[in-house]
Amino acid sequence: MKLSDIVCFSAIIPELESKDRNGAVRELVEILYREGRLGSLEPEKLTKAIIQRENEASTGMGKGVALPHIKVDGIDEPVAAVGRSSKGIDFRSLDKQPVYTILLLISPKENPDKHLQAMEILFRHLNQDDFRRFLRQAQTVEEIVEIIRDAD
Amino acid sequence: MSEQVAETEVEIQNEEGLHLRPAVQFVDVANRYRSTITVSNGTMTADAKSVMEMTMLAATCGSRLKIRACGPDAADAIAALEELVAKNFALQPKPSQTQKEG
Repeated sequence: MKLSDIVCFSAIIPELESKDRNGAVRELVEILYREGRLGSLEPEKLTKAIIQRENEASTGMGKGVALPHIKVDGIDEPVAAVGRSSKGIDFRSLDKQPVYTILLLISPKENPDKHLQAMEILFRHLNQDDFRRFLRQAQTVEEIVEIIRDAD
Repeated sequence: MSEQVAETEVEIQNEEGLHLRPAVQFVDVANRYRSTITVSNGTMTADAKSVMEMTMLAATCGSRLKIRACGPDAADAIAALEELVAKNFALQPKPSQTQKEG
């Protein structure tokens, strides 16, 4: 599995409209839904479930990155949307700093190994200072796609 | 103030391993202490105060990790982290979510 197998290239938002966490999660879920990547899942319910999990424990891992994720029935492969905010969004991150890059991952509940594999790939890349910096600086879908392809 | 060194070995028992929320909680607790804290899985050693490094340990359910603290509050740090792992990272609302931040 590679990063480009996980990220849906048509679900990249180079400038999120939302200024807050819940709105950003909603935008990313909706773009995956519009791209037909969520099967019969209802975007509104999914958004609420992700937000509820965030309220229990934030996935704002610091250094400007958040990785909201959830396992659901009804999809076969992990799929991620990418959102970027130049102003930054409060994700109640560990380091209390705003988040500029959000990777939202939806994984199949019946295949937890695939979820763990996808998370590990995301962690491996997010651990690279350059990868985080390039993502944060990218301004177009094409630039983000290129960063992801280069990383693989 | 004398420097203490404390060490323990724990087994990760929650289903998701040390993935992402548990790792964030671990780092959150580690950051409350002044000691230098490292976590090792036998192949690599991570700074317990860095989420990025902790997620790289790839600690899945059943993994055994060695936690080592060095500093003035080493014993307390180890006790707190041991407790967190023993409780399987039982999710607790952060104080900042239940209280108004000052």
